[in-house]
Amino acid sequence: MHDSIPVSPGRRGFLIAAAGTGFTLAFLRADSSLADSKLAPAISEQEAAPAFDPGIWFGIGRDGIVTVNIARAEVGQHIGTALARIVAEELEADWDKVRLHYVDSDPRWGPMVTAGSRSVWQDFDPLSRAGAAGRIALIEEGARLLRVPVAACTAKKGVVHGRGRSVSYGEIVRRGKLARHYTPEQLQAIVLKTPQQRTLIGQSVQALDIPSKTDGSAVYGIDVQVAGMVHARPKIPPTRHGAKVVSIDDTAARKIKGYIGAAALNDPSNTVPGWVMVYADSYAAASRAAELVQVKWRTGAAAHVSEQDILAYATRQLHDASLGARVVDDGGLEQAFKGAALTLERHYTTSTVLHFELEPLNALVQQIDGIWHVHAGNQAPSLILPVLAQALKVAQSHIVLHTYLLGGNMGRRLNGDYCVPAALAAQALGRPVKLICTRADDSHVDSPRSPSLQHLRLAFDGAGKVIAMQHEASAGWPAQVMFPAWLVKDKQGHPYDPSAIAGADHWYTVGAQRVRTVSNDQANSSFRPGWLRGTGPAWTSWAVESFMDEAAQAAKADPLDFRLSLLQGKGRNAGGAERLAHVLRRAAEKAGWGAAMPADTGLGIAATGGQERGMPTWTACVARVRVDRKTCMVQVEKLTLVIDAGVIIDPDGALAQAEGGALLGLSMALHEGTAFLNGAVKDSNLNSYLPLRMADVPELDIEFICSTEMATGLGEPPVTVVAPAIGNAIFAAVAARVRHLPIRPEAVLKALDRYGAV
Amino acid sequence: MHNIIVNGQPLAADVDPQTPLLWVLREVAQLTGTKFGCGIGMCGACTVHVDGRAVRSCITPVASVEACAITTIEGLSPDGKHPLQQAWIAAQAPQCGYCQPGQIMQAATLLRDYPQPTDANIDAVMSGNLCRCMAYVRIRKAIKLAAASGQEMPPHA
Repeated sequence: MHDSIPVSPGRRGFLIAAAGTGFTLAFLRADSSLADSKLAPAISEQEAAPAFDPGIWFGIGRDGIVTVNIARAEVGQHIGTALARIVAEELEADWDKVRLHYVDSDPRWGPMVTAGSRSVWQDFDPLSRAGAAGRIALIEEGARLLRVPVAACTAKKGVVHGRGRSVSYGEIVRRGKLARHYTPEQLQAIVLKTPQQRTLIGQSVQALDIPSKTDGSAVYGIDVQVAGMVHARPKIPPTRHGAKVVSIDDTAARKIKGYIGAAALNDPSNTVPGWVMVYADSYAAASRAAELVQVKWRTGAAAHVSEQDILAYATRQLHDASLGARVVDDGGLEQAFKGAALTLERHYTTSTVLHFELEPLNALVQQIDGIWHVHAGNQAPSLILPVLAQALKVAQSHIVLHTYLLGGNMGRRLNGDYCVPAALAAQALGRPVKLICTRADDSHVDSPRSPSLQHLRLAFDGAGKVIAMQHEASAGWPAQVMFPAWLVKDKQGHPYDPSAIAGADHWYTVGAQRVRTVSNDQANSSFRPGWLRGTGPAWTSWAVESFMDEAAQAAKADPLDFRLSLLQGKGRNAGGAERLAHVLRRAAEKAGWGAAMPADTGLGIAATGGQERGMPTWTACVARVRVDRKTCMVQVEKLTLVIDAGVIIDPDGALAQAEGGALLGLSMALHEGTAFLNGAVKDSNLNSYLPLRMADVPELDIEFICSTEMATGLGEPPVTVVAPAIGNAIFAAVAARVRHLPIRPEAVLKALDRYGAV
Repeated sequence: MHNIIVNGQPLAADVDPQTPLLWVLREVAQLTGTKFGCGIGMCGACTVHVDGRAVRSCITPVASVEACAITTIEGLSPDGKHPLQQAWIAAQAPQCGYCQPGQIMQAATLLRDYPQPTDANIDAVMSGNLCRCMAYVRIRKAIKLAAASGQEMPPHA
């Protein structure tokens, strides 16, 4: 093609050209997208050819319709709408003519991963420049068609105007000769709009994916079907790793109408060892037959591992100072603790948490002319493609992942493991296979949030000043298990998973600081630790922000004042600590911090830098809770959140994300959580796993700081602050300190007893 | 053979009598708006109307609804403009959207029983429907918007 073969979409130039049928890959179809069609696509090159194709970002049809290519997964955050707004802003497109196109896994899109609340942050600049480059090319060609100097022309709502005359983008595409090449340097030199000049960004918009979600027409992975497909339900072995099938007895299943057979999978990628597939001509039949198929397995070592074993192992690990990586490692820590006038030491733990994504795992795989088409909702095609290639023993270029809407994902589909059994089954049968897990199947093969143990120490000098802080954590590392390329190294070269410690490297100035992270091998070998919305910060912040309250108590200081005194913005905390202090003050002010409370009612505060120091979202929360001293039930009455995420693309969409994130934080604080028991999670369905329901929703008061700073992530940061705010509020209410997530009434009772407060 | 009426159309399903209505709708009638969530009647994603009442189709054997009139999300309104559907868009209620057909079907019976529902009514009737994105604030708002719209609820909803 030309010189814009994609490596990373962020750093390349592109060619703008009126395209014929010169593209070998069908990627743009203006009239529909996979999200609109239940049937597998059959896109011809003719209909695929865009009329105007500025690189990979968007195309403009001869009818003026702007189709923005979306390489991010829709998991409920309406990311397509947000990204299209960014393009349309600089392109000066008519928003009513903007459409979304969710793309498949062609390498031209660069790495495809939707995670860490990074999409807007990563894509804002390149998408803005792509839009601006398109506008410039359209104005230039429009000026030529209008026979008006370029300098006299402007673009607005999809029309180029000059000296009283005008020509629409569609007409320019039809009549013009668009040809313009941009080098990366030229793209970088384009002057983008100032925040004051924006007309779309910052205005609330109706998300383009919402109407289809109200009438049943939205298409999720589970809804996709192709002719002649076989339905399959798996029999999940008792352990995630190391299981081997000893025998399969399907005698009882044979009476099920439509039952086809049951067979173990041979998996060269070792993704789904010990899985048996039960096949039928409908899913209902496959599911019933699976209940009747008897499988005997030789189980893996995890059959003898439970939650307390994993945490006991973590305790032994944290006692060995040689293990793990030091994410922060200031000199003088030991001396500071030796010379301290007062030290504080605490342990915090969190339980295994399920994704419980509402759409159970599923995948449809079909081979056509040597190409393996995988139809499934997926957040990270780039992570599972090499695994599928290994499993199928084919080149990655022979696999195409088609993406769909994802149902209640919470991060589960970053791990694409569920695509592997469907692919292997399709290969074994020589027919398309649609795999659907039941809810219990899904829970048993979840990549749950690992249980964690954290050990924190703080040193005060004789004047009550904080002079040192140590934070150590042990948990399963998702990146180590699923995508080691995401591991990074500390200064000594020790690898670590940043998603399993981020948040411990907080923005408080605490003197000599050390943060050590240890991979819990027993967790890693017993299940597949996963990324769950909020990832590491959702549990490291539980420790940091509970500990800050305990430290304030030790220092006989108000929890808000104590935090503010440490947000000094010195050294590595420059710039950020001030913005964090601002959201803290604002949240406290809104929530009536310091006001007298009714009996057994308290306010608790917490603040975090969001998901990672490289992309901080300044987030503060005040929880108001009432504790029933008899039942020890915790009633969350109100959550006040103040968030500084820089520029807000869509205020109403941002609020929706913050509402959902805050409530998930509450759900994980009080309602969710399970335990690993003899190789599997104890709770696998809603009879015993009890996420937050409508009646449990407290009053929410959420505010965004008005900002022109770089846009950062929003989906996860609100999750991180809620649990510690609740824990601190329980202490404020009844002087009971809880140090384990989820917070159960038994733990509150025990803490009340300990403090003699009953 | 089991005969039911789905969105006004007769449907004959040659399936085992125990087959959950959910899978008859999804696989035989090809109506995939009704979703599979928990399979034990506790998430509400599979909610449809059977003779006008909200029912969890995942635990409803097809043989138990013989000759009954079933309404799915696709049949709630001929043009997708049921007051609840309009309110759902106005409130921007859906996030991932997976639970929303079930939420809307449940809310439709809520509004028939309580045309002006209180928060307590909403809590009582809607707490059986799990929203994993926790879009509860907007679901409540949308129900109130629809109730306040003054539009008449279509008869079979």
